[in-house]
Order: sequence, then C-alpha cells, then structure tokens
Amino acid sequence: MLNIQNLTVSVDDKTILKGLNLNVPAGEVHAIMGPNGAGKSTLGYTLAGRPNYEVTQGVVDFNGEDLLDKEVHERAAAGLYLSFQYPLEIPGVPAMTFIRTALNAQRKVRGEEEMSAPEFLKTIREVAKTLKIDMDMLKRPLNVGFSGGEKKRMEVLQMALLQPKFLILDETDSGLDIDALKVVSDGVNALRAPDRGMLVITHYQRLLDHIKPDRIHILVDGRIVHSGGPELALELEAHGYDRYVNEAA
Amino acid sequence: MAAVKETIETVQKLETYAHGFVTDIETEYAPKGLNADIVRFISAKKNEPQWMLDYRLAAFERWQSMDEPDWAKVHYQKVDYQDLYYYAAPKPKPKLNSLDEVDPELLAVYAKLGIPLKEQEVLAGVASAPKYAVDAVFDSVSVVTTFKEELKKSGVIFCSISEALREHPQLVKEYLGSVVPVSDNYFAALNAAVFSDGSFVYVPPGVRCPMELSTYFRINAENTGQFERTLIIADKGAYVSYLEGCTAPMRDENQLHAAVVELVAMEDASIKYSTVQNWYPGDAEGKGGIYNFVTKRADCRGARSKVSWTQVETGSAVTWKYPSCILRGDDSVGEFYSIAVTNGMQQADTGTKMIHLGKNTRSRIISKGVSAGKSSNTYRGLVSAHAKAGGARNFTQCDSLLIGKTCAAHTVPYVESDTASAQFEHEATTTRLSEDQLFYAMQRGLSQEEAVALLVNGFVREVLQELPMEFAVEAQKLLAISLEGSVG
Repeated sequence: MLNIQNLTVSVDDKTILKGLNLNVPAGEVHAIMGPNGAGKSTLGYTLAGRPNYEVTQGVVDFNGEDLLDKEVHERAAAGLYLSFQYPLEIPGVPAMTFIRTALNAQRKVRGEEEMSAPEFLKTIREVAKTLKIDMDMLKRPLNVGFSGGEKKRMEVLQMALLQPKFLILDETDSGLDIDALKVVSDGVNALRAPDRGMLVITHYQRLLDHIKPDRIHILVDGRIVHSGGPELALELEAHGYDRYVNEAA
Repeated sequence: MAAVKETIETVQKLETYAHGFVTDIETEYAPKGLNADIVRFISAKKNEPQWMLDYRLAAFERWQSMDEPDWAKVHYQKVDYQDLYYYAAPKPKPKLNSLDEVDPELLAVYAKLGIPLKEQEVLAGVASAPKYAVDAVFDSVSVVTTFKEELKKSGVIFCSISEALREHPQLVKEYLGSVVPVSDNYFAALNAAVFSDGSFVYVPPGVRCPMELSTYFRINAENTGQFERTLIIADKGAYVSYLEGCTAPMRDENQLHAAVVELVAMEDASIKYSTVQNWYPGDAEGKGGIYNFVTKRADCRGARSKVSWTQVETGSAVTWKYPSCILRGDDSVGEFYSIAVTNGMQQADTGTKMIHLGKNTRSRIISKGVSAGKSSNTYRGLVSAHAKAGGARNFTQCDSLLIGKTCAAHTVPYVESDTASAQFEHEATTTRLSEDQLFYAMQRGLSQEEAVALLVNGFVREVLQELPMEFAVEAQKLLAISLEGSVG
C-alpha cells in the first residue's frame, strides 16, 4: 500500500530525514516512535506534501502510484489523510461547510458525483454522535476556540467522513485527557479495515494501548533504526530511547 | 514561446472576467468633449425642465473652478475630460409600451449577464425565490424598469431618474443635491453637470417596499464616461432594500464612472443599500479598467432613521468611494459593511464617513480588505461627533488580509469628537493568508484556489451575511473568481 524507499528530506536546508525505508501493507497499523527531533512529524508532512519540505532523494509508492509527483490536494483525493498534531483554526468557515467542501472537492478530482446535502447531513450526524460531538459545534467556525480534545475529535470526524485509504496520525494523543483519548481511539479503531493502512506517529506508548499496532518502528535521527512487534512499545516505555539514540550516534 | 504564453494569458483573462464582452448595438453619441453646449444637449435629450438645466449649468461652472482631488492613495493617469463622450445611448426606438418592445439585443445582453428583465422570467423561477425589480441602465440611459406597475399599487415609485424628472419633478427638485451638494467635490460637481441616468425611488410614509429593488449598470460604448445619479427617499416609517450591480467590457483604455448616490431617510425610515461592484479591473499589467470615482451619501434626516450600506467591491482599476451617513436625526443609526478585494494592479481607496450630529446616534463599521497580486487596498474612514451629538457611539472594525508578498494594505482612520459623552471604539487587524491554513485545507482535498476562496470567504463572512441571500451567493462566487491566480 505505502512503500517508502531511501526518503531524504530537508527543511530550510537542514536534512531531517536521511534515507528512510518503510513499508506499510493494506490492513495493517504501523507505529512510528522516537525521541523529539527525530523527524517523526517531518515524515507525516512530507507524505502529505507540505510546501518547503524538499525531497532530495527517494521514492514513495502509494497503491502503485508515485505519491511525490502529486499535489497536496491530489494526494488527499488519492486517499491520504494526515491528522494534524495541531489542527488549524479556520475563522469564518463553519466546520460543516469546511468538511462538505473538502469532501466534494475530493469527489470532483476522482470524477465522482457530489454528495447531496441530505445524505451529507445524515452521515455527519451519525458520526458526530459516536464521537460525542454536538451538532451545534459543527455550525461554529472549524476549530476556532475549540479545546485540544475537541480539535482532535474534529480530526477524527473528518477522517470518518472522508473515508481515506491511508491514515497518518501525528501525535493524536497529545493534549487529550483519558476520556477524550478513549473516544478518539474508538473513532480511529472503527476505521480499521482490510483495505486501509495506518501510520501512527507517537512519542508515548500510551496511545498504543488504545490503537494496537501490528508493527512498531523506531525513528532516530532521520532513519528507522529498529522495527519489531507490539511488545517493542512496552520495552521503550520501560527503558526509553537512550539505547537506540546511542546506537545511532 | 511568447505566442503560447500570450494565448494562455488571453484565455486566463477570459476566464477571470466573464462580463468582458462588447455588444454591437447602434449607439447615439453626443459630440466628444465637455462644454456648456454638451450640458445643454444632455438636458435637451431628456426634455428636462428649465430649472434642471440651470442646475446643471451652475454645476458645470462650479466644476471648472475646482481641482481634481489627489489625497487618495491611488495613482493613475489623469483623465482627459475633453477626450470623452458624455452621452451614449442605444439608438432610440419608439416609446415602449411594454417590456416586449425592448430591443431584443439589449435583452440578450442582460440575459447573458444573468439579469432577468422579463417579469415572467423572474416569476417562472423557483416558487420560493423572492421577486426583485430591476432598472437596467445601459451606458447613459435606463432601458427598462421592471415591476413598475406592481410597485405602484403600494405607492412605491421606482423608475429612471430621467423619467422621475418628467413625472415627479417636485420630488426630484426637493431632494436632488440635498445630500450631496454640487460643490461637494470635483466628481460630484461633474456628475451634477452631465449625469445622464440612474434610478429614482420614493417609498411613501409607512410603506414597506414589497420587493427588493435593483439597478444594473452596464458600460458598453467606447471612450464613454458613465455618470449615474441615484436618488432614494424613504418617507416616514418606510423601508426599502436596494441593490446595484455593475459590469463593463474589457478595453485597453480606462473608462470613467463618476456616480452620485443620495439617500434620504425620514423619521423611523430604514434604507438598506447593497452594491456588488464588478467593473472591468484592467489586465494583469494594469492596462485598461474602470476608474470608479463615486460619491455616495445618506442623510438620516429623521429621528430613529437607519441606513445600512453594504458593498462588495471586486472590480475597477481605481476605486475612490466612501459611502457615508449623516446621522442628523436623534437616535438614528448608520452602518457600513464592506468587502474590498484587489488583485493584479488594482487600487482601491475606500471607506466611509459617519457624521454624528444628533443625540444618541449610533454607527457601526465593519471593513474587510483583501489584497493580492501587486494591488493596493486602503481603508479610509472618518467618524466624527458634533458638540450636540451627546451619547454618540461608534464601533469600527477594520481587518486586512494580504495574499502574497507584493500587495499592500493601509488603514487610515480619522476620529474627531466635540462631545465628551461620545464613545468611539476602533479595532484593526492585518494578517497574511496563512500558509499553514492553506496547507491544512489542501490536505483535506481542496485545490489551492479552492482553499484560498474558502479562507477568504471565511474572512469576509460577517459582511457577506449582510447581503440579501441570492446576492450573497453571487458575491461568494465573484470573490473566488477575482482571486484566481493570486497565490503561487
């Protein structure tokens, strides 16, 4: 599904990712863990196509297509979704309007019909209920004045409506209390499917108690230095990243 | 390569200004240039009473002694006033008895612009869609006004100002120039001398005008100035909502549009005046486009009267325009909601004046400026309170949004108060369209242009909400089109 080879990326002339290799097959959930500054968020941003994230080397294959050749919105239409660590506030644009515009924009790129207003309303109502989001909140400008937890729930609401093929969750647990973490994780787990891949970027093991990964990769200084099964998270929780940092250095 | 580039640019131009077509229609002109004889010619064309001709001639004399203002933050090649036609009209047809007799070519023009000039077309629309009456002004003359009969039943007079001069001379004489005197400014004096048409509205006491009124201005002829004159009077306790729209063909030379709009609101009356201005803005290099030098002013003459200006300004090469309110009546209210978008080489210097004369008068100013390309966008406003305007209140909010790094936004607020009990508040912000917000919206599937349009619409939403529903939708589309190619 997502195959990354030798990915090298610089931001403002500083090399952050240094020949990263990663393969996430469809139906699997992989976690990227690593110390601060290792390049975890850079990986997510690069895959999504953020401007100024310059790919100097490497190839990313997404379902048989060259992902890096596509523009940001084309990657989204192809099914790539990045859940932001710090979701942006969009003043003056009601959440509902934002999501519907995005959904129909994606459909247009894929040559599909627009979703009708009643169908959209029905769908969003159902999803909002499971995420404990009040419909009134969806009439407010997206994320403006929302709490950290509310913003993260809005990210999950959007993925549930956009139904992407591949999800990147960037530090989705940051800023969440334990109840919110449960709601958000349940929302993400509901999207686990045999034809969908996920990449969970996190600093802490806590999130992985809720979203159980198939594989864990440790990212240090721009490279994957170690990969293993779910048990790796517990080892990291007990001993920290020091061993891997020292090995890399 | 050059040819290819040119083709691409030409196509882009066509896409960005959809109203740029020229209509080949038989046109009658006054001789080129401006002198007292031209003023007489225009007045004679319209069979005006002697007092009107005298008014025009006095204005012309006054204008000759005045200088063109240069305090606005705009730069443009001065107009050669002797190189213009001051009167251009589609060749006259015999007097029209019904809409069916309007030149089909003219009807086609308005159909192309999406303006329904046939009453049944409006009626044939969605059952729930509100009706609105249209006065269509083509170059110097009003070609047709719809729904006149239906309006007459409720006592509302809606017609061209030329017709009003013939049919209701006393009303025109009483109010014309009572808000914007001839001597007010250079362009107002010029307008008073040579204005050729515009709309006239009178709503009698206690009447709520049963439908939206609108005027659609179209400049078609070459080398022609358009001098529109609009006068709206809402008598005691009356209400009217009026909207104007404007377009022009794409031409390489600049064309002058110098309008004067006067609103009079008597006791307890309320006027809502909305503008969607989309004159041709010129090309990307700043060639051509309309000079939009306009004086708009409302007199809240009676106690508790209210005037609300809403403008969406996306067109014109140069805009010089300050729709204002004189808050004369005690407890009267003035509002100004503005969206001004400039792209390419456009320059806009626009804002408002709220002159508080009466007690406990209130005003509210919400201005949203969006600048892109190499354009310059200035908000200029005056809020003043007279010594007798005890308890006057104003709230002003001026927000500027910059797209890209080559545009400019300026805010020039003047505040004067001669009374200690006035309360004036002013808030202003300037922000650049955030790369992060753009990236976020694009990550969710919006193309760059869609993302810009969505964010800009969010930025101006407060003002869009003030527009009548169906025009708000139009305005939203217009904003997106005006900002095409503004990023990247």
